Amino acid sequence: MQTTDAGFDIRIRDALGNERVRGNFRRAMDGLMQRRLDLFPDAEAMESLRQHGMRIKASALSRLPELLEELEAKLTGNGIRVHWAETPLEANQIVLDIMQSHGATSMIKGKSMVSEEMGLNHFLEQRGIDVLESDLGEFILQLAGEPPSHIVAPAIHKDRYQIAELFREKFPEIPYSEDIDELTQSARTILRDRFETAEVGLSGVNFAVAETGTLCLVENEGNGRMSTTVPPVHIAVTGIEKVVEKLEQIPPLLTLLTRSATGQPVTTYFNMISSPCKPGEKDGPEEVHLVLLDNGRSGIYSDPELLATLRCIRCGACMNHCPVYTRIGGHAYGTVYPGPIGTIFEPQKGGLDKHGALTTASSLCGACGEVCPVRIPIPNLINRLRYESQHSDGVTPGSGSKRKRSEAMIWKAWSLLYRKPLLYRMMTKTATRLRMLAPGKAGPWTRYRTAPKPAARSLHDLARTHGVVDE
Amino acid sequence: MNTAKPKQVYFFGTCLVDLFYPEAGLAGIRLIQREGVDVIFPQGQSCCGQPAWNSGYRDEARDVAAAQLALFTKEIPVVVPSASCAGMMKEHYPALFRDTPLETIAVDLSKRIVELTAFLVDVLDIRVEDLGAPQKVAIHSSCSALREMQVGDKIESLVSNLSRIEKVEQAYKRECCGFGGTFSIKQPEISGAMVADKTATIRDSGADILVSQDCGCLMNIAGAFEKQGDGPRCMHLAEFLWERTHADD
Amino acid sequence: MSKARQNILARLRSAQRPDISAIGEGSAETHFWDIDERMRRFTDRMTAVRAEVVETSPETWTEALQAICEKKGARNLLYSAASAFGEVISQQPPVAHPVTTDLGSDVWKTTLFHEIDAALTTTLGGIAETGTLMLWPDAQEPRMMSLVPPVHIAILETRTLFNTFAEAVAAMRWQDGMPTNALLISGPSKSADIEQTLAYGVHGPKELVVLLIRN
Repeated sequence: MQTTDAGFDIRIRDALGNERVRGNFRRAMDGLMQRRLDLFPDAEAMESLRQHGMRIKASALSRLPELLEELEAKLTGNGIRVHWAETPLEANQIVLDIMQSHGATSMIKGKSMVSEEMGLNHFLEQRGIDVLESDLGEFILQLAGEPPSHIVAPAIHKDRYQIAELFREKFPEIPYSEDIDELTQSARTILRDRFETAEVGLSGVNFAVAETGTLCLVENEGNGRMSTTVPPVHIAVTGIEKVVEKLEQIPPLLTLLTRSATGQPVTTYFNMISSPCKPGEKDGPEEVHLVLLDNGRSGIYSDPELLATLRCIRCGACMNHCPVYTRIGGHAYGTVYPGPIGTIFEPQKGGLDKHGALTTASSLCGACGEVCPVRIPIPNLINRLRYESQHSDGVTPGSGSKRKRSEAMIWKAWSLLYRKPLLYRMMTKTATRLRMLAPGKAGPWTRYRTAPKPAARSLHDLARTHGVVDE
Repeated sequence: MNTAKPKQVYFFGTCLVDLFYPEAGLAGIRLIQREGVDVIFPQGQSCCGQPAWNSGYRDEARDVAAAQLALFTKEIPVVVPSASCAGMMKEHYPALFRDTPLETIAVDLSKRIVELTAFLVDVLDIRVEDLGAPQKVAIHSSCSALREMQVGDKIESLVSNLSRIEKVEQAYKRECCGFGGTFSIKQPEISGAMVADKTATIRDSGADILVSQDCGCLMNIAGAFEKQGDGPRCMHLAEFLWERTHADD
Repeated sequence: MSKARQNILARLRSAQRPDISAIGEGSAETHFWDIDERMRRFTDRMTAVRAEVVETSPETWTEALQAICEKKGARNLLYSAASAFGEVISQQPPVAHPVTTDLGSDVWKTTLFHEIDAALTTTLGGIAETGTLMLWPDAQEPRMMSLVPPVHIAILETRTLFNTFAEAVAAMRWQDGMPTNALLISGPSKSADIEQTLAYGVHGPKELVVLLIRN
């Protein structure tokens, strides 16, 4: 979906007007923020840990090509097959080829944002493959035909009544219930034999360890373990930026991830996969594949400031704390990754022409940067992308595409007025003298506020009268 | 963090204060002078350049910022009655002027920037006598104060030290008020929703007065209250503090 | 070699290397608790997420196991006869129908999905800070044991109860060689995907019982 200015505006307006969804998001975000805070009681320790996380990810990125080669060598040595894809289409084709090589027509999925980026489900379904989401949130969305609105809690925009109604519609044989435990048990029952019979399981990857050739996955439900243990074939998909150098770096990253994302000291399961099943082992997949997806990441890598975008460990804390995301929800962004991380990642991945409008939907309040476990300076990067959206000399695809002559001229005029003391003082003198003529309506500002009226005398004037020296 | 009291400081008023809240600026100057520190107000000053910087117009921002660099050349602190503008000059001027001939001067200036409430508390360690009537006061710290300049605690302690004030706390106190400079123009609906929520929480707190260290937030919140038809009196911390602590001349 | 691989690596190599020298190291938290404190923290964390922790001893664990099986109504119990614990269980089964893991591979999956009430595994160790069990499944105690049956019973010896995950990884030198699958298990399965409200017993085991043997 393109974040054209008009489409974005419409989605924003719809979202702001939807009381129910706004309420769902407000409650959810408040809960997530509090839970995270509860798990970081010592501010100093938290800052030290965030710094540590930043260092680990930055250091991995500084050696990215070497670590990717090391990861590939180790995984291959362990018996895991590694594939590289520059584009989502290439990645989808690789997955399809693997499935077809096994004559497989059914896939069960653990949660994977990269697979959303790929548009994998749609691609496979169009080619006759049955794809089933097994993560409860994703399962619910698949039933509803909706994309995720949050990268960690995908169905966060729905309340239990909406879900109950959905289950009633899709599974009429199951007695209607609005009870969360009962709804969850229904999902368990429905998915049980799909796990047992699935031909291929697909997962994402939270961390890929180069040192040992290990793919690490967090989850609470057990569906990830099911998808990566029961079917005879496991395909993992990930972005190239997920590689970490050493195994010893995993414990701090894991605790940062689970505490920042959902305020858990640890998730129910932490699944570390290093090979397909070995002779004598009774279960586990016989074949394990890893697909490494670029999709614009190597481009982001080339800019020393924007590179920070790639540190992201996909915890979702930024969107949990964002006052804009809380009010417009994830779908309004119209992108795979919403919220603050989406605002910096999507335009760099897909172009400012398509997604540049996202950079206007931020007050640069900094709540996101304050909680990012790897200290991505998100407001600074949004500011940088604003520059790039207005100027064609930027490094981001589509740079300059959002430039409007009218706005450029306003800033040129502003600059002239404000950099010349004489002109500036003339302007303030006029404004203060003619303050009674200040317009009562001042565009969109006055929809929600009265128009500001200049004071009778400027501070320059008062300071001079008060006898404050000039130099 | 008590730094030695300087003999003189510059005062950078900010463009919003200049045109819309000059009394707050004058109050800030007076608060400093009352502590025995001389204040210099270069008449050539205008704006830190942040509006253009935040809109992606860095060249225009740089031109306006460059004009300020020439005015604050003495090695003395530059006190700024806005965490947002102070943040621009302190945190972003080095990047704005990187690889330009003015880089050294800009970096030097950025090191001397002090936000007003931080100056009052950390440098002047001001003691005041509260001469005002009892009031309930709510504080709104700007996002820049809380996160960029990390001076949110200064305004809190300044208000707490007023003996006749009852501090009240609104819900979602640390959440942005929705101003964000040009954000309020470019995304008016979202901004409007944010300021609507902010005014509701402040109203619910029962505050008689709302104070802030930033006039952008004040303009936003006060304007919204006015449009809604009622609300507490909204003041810059400097004006509030001066009003409550100086005997009328 | 694939063209994509070549192109991606070439693009990455053509970029100027980021300079990380100015980025401070920061630090992770470390903890050093005595064994009682470790047991207490482990138990608190586990019970907070509805796992059960049964403290027992090398002398009395078989009785504890039997009591658990009765309480859970387990008609059968899947376990590995190859371990020291397994040998004892084979002598005095705590259930009417004990099942050892030397089942044929062809019936392994269906047995687990449809017949087993409870599975018992040993553990590599535990982590006190987060209430976590570490498992390295192998041929004798395969992965699905701690995943598919509705009840998972785990034996944790306190001499293998570490303070933190970092400590365990370093002490046991995991970096020297990882198994097919290494697992951290910190409770019965759960989800908060509906209204951010916790619901237990999703796709993994509905119940987790830890036999905490003090030794």
